Amino acid sequence: MLAATSILKSPAFLALALGLAVAGCAKKDKLPDNSGQLGLNNSGGAAAGSQEEFTTTIGDRVFFETDSSVLTATARQTLTGQAQWLLRYPNYPITIEGHADERGTREYNLALGARRAAATRDFLASQGVPRNRIRTISFGKERPIAVCNDISCWSQNRRARTALTAPQG
Amino acid sequence: MFSTLQKLFVTLIAIFAFATTANARIEFDITRGNVEPLPIAIMDFQGDKVAQDISAVISNNLRNSGLFKLTDKAAFIQKTLDVGGRPKFEDWRVLNVQALANGSVSKLADGRLRVDYRLWDIFASEEVFGGKRLEIEAKFWRRAAHIISDVIYEGLTGEKGYFDSRVVFVDESGPKNKRVKRLAIMDQDGANIRTLTRGSDLVLTPRFSPKRQEITYMSFEGGQPRVYLLQIETGQREVVGNFPGMTFSPRFSPDGQKIVMSLQQDGNANIYSLDLRSRNTTRLTSGAAIDTAPSYAPDGSRLVFESDRGGRQQLYVMGANGGEPKRISFGNGRYSTPVWSPRGDLIAFTKQAGGQFLIGVMKPDGSGERILAEGFHNEGPTWAPNGRVLMFFRESPGAQGGPKLYSIDLTGRNERQVKTPSFASDPAWSPLLD
Repeated sequence: MLAATSILKSPAFLALALGLAVAGCAKKDKLPDNSGQLGLNNSGGAAAGSQEEFTTTIGDRVFFETDSSVLTATARQTLTGQAQWLLRYPNYPITIEGHADERGTREYNLALGARRAAATRDFLASQGVPRNRIRTISFGKERPIAVCNDISCWSQNRRARTALTAPQG
Repeated sequence: MFSTLQKLFVTLIAIFAFATTANARIEFDITRGNVEPLPIAIMDFQGDKVAQDISAVISNNLRNSGLFKLTDKAAFIQKTLDVGGRPKFEDWRVLNVQALANGSVSKLADGRLRVDYRLWDIFASEEVFGGKRLEIEAKFWRRAAHIISDVIYEGLTGEKGYFDSRVVFVDESGPKNKRVKRLAIMDQDGANIRTLTRGSDLVLTPRFSPKRQEITYMSFEGGQPRVYLLQIETGQREVVGNFPGMTFSPRFSPDGQKIVMSLQQDGNANIYSLDLRSRNTTRLTSGAAIDTAPSYAPDGSRLVFESDRGGRQQLYVMGANGGEPKRISFGNGRYSTPVWSPRGDLIAFTKQAGGQFLIGVMKPDGSGERILAEGFHNEGPTWAPNGRVLMFFRESPGAQGGPKLYSIDLTGRNERQVKTPSFASDPAWSPLLD
């Protein structure tokens, strides 16, 4: 008993726990953007129509190839799911954030992020989401979500995120 | 026309045929190879501690330029020299010192500093220029040192210096995925640093006005990324123009009257100029491409910018009022962030090739490309006011990585880190102060 208590409080255990937590975060960041198609329906217990459901079940992000704003098949699948959800819950205004990875120059990446946001918006609009519900913004390479120095991180940062703001009406 | 010393200096440096502007006094280009720093000596100026401090700043400036080799004070044979006296030339020739500067600092009744100084050509046994005097408020003693550094630099090279100038940049703190960015300003040697924005909003790409104490930059204030104008002394800010989308990548025209920038329109970015007096805007490019990073030629007649209209980022030159752009970059890789030299003779750029980000220069017609700095990630060059030195930022990789400022001269050999308190990016050099 005593031994168990002491190990729980030991720095080594804390470091281990922290390490696991960090690893957990990293894993979550790497969730594929087609999670909506993987039968994960409400697995996290998110309430139907909630922002959490949109983020975890539908998937709020799509990813791009290097220096590309072309929507991949996976991205289109995710966005189709997003559009269906957004049409079912029409009270959320949407902001699409376009991002680029760090392997580009600052000014160009701002424009590239905007291009990705625009491509994402156009697809959602083509699925019936009213354009006037959608705002876009580019962060260029300024807001990475993965910060390691290899392609596994850079590919997570080349993204467009559909962010819901507080519901209206 | 030229002093003995200037001639000597020119012979020490490669003469390049291509850098011919009509009104330049001496034609030399301090490019890769053949540069032998000129041995000089700076005697501690006579006076109290500020005299020594001034001498140290002058020595540091001249050494950092890469053009001069400072003789160690411990080796001096002649230990003192009154500002009214003549050096024992033989004592300096023995040390192979080519030029010697000495001076004195005294306090005036009103508290200002008076600095008298002289510059000697040792092998000609004569002064490079007659005795000079400077009077300045005591708190601006560093400026006195920078001004004197510029006079010495010009006396020895025949070209204007760049030491009495400042650099605006982006100070970066916090983790990589939540960076806090503030505008900051410092002297070109890293002294007198202060921040200009509080860090609550993401700020990028500050650029100096060539004429006034003004900065144009991009800010995400209010969740709306737009170009702003900031008065350095008063802190007064305003949005530049009334555009229907994100504006970014601003830069002043050489007369300080216009700001040229990109406007994002759906997936495309086009270049616009805005006249700060009339507020008239002019669209300079159009079409389905990312056109950005515009920079004027020093005479204001042309613009260089980057565009992916040909498939990937390349450099283009067009008239200041638009017209058909002409592509100038044809090497392997992607070219971006072009900046026209204040001398007009070169365009500096970032180049992506072979997984690296490089800093290079080329002539405005695209010929004579030279790479000055290589590595994982170098980006965003800016020119010293005399067009002889570039500053840029170098980003180290990984979660703990971040950008730092570096300067490099046109030889590509004299690279130095410009020390800042934390990570720093997007440097922009001011013109010489008035």
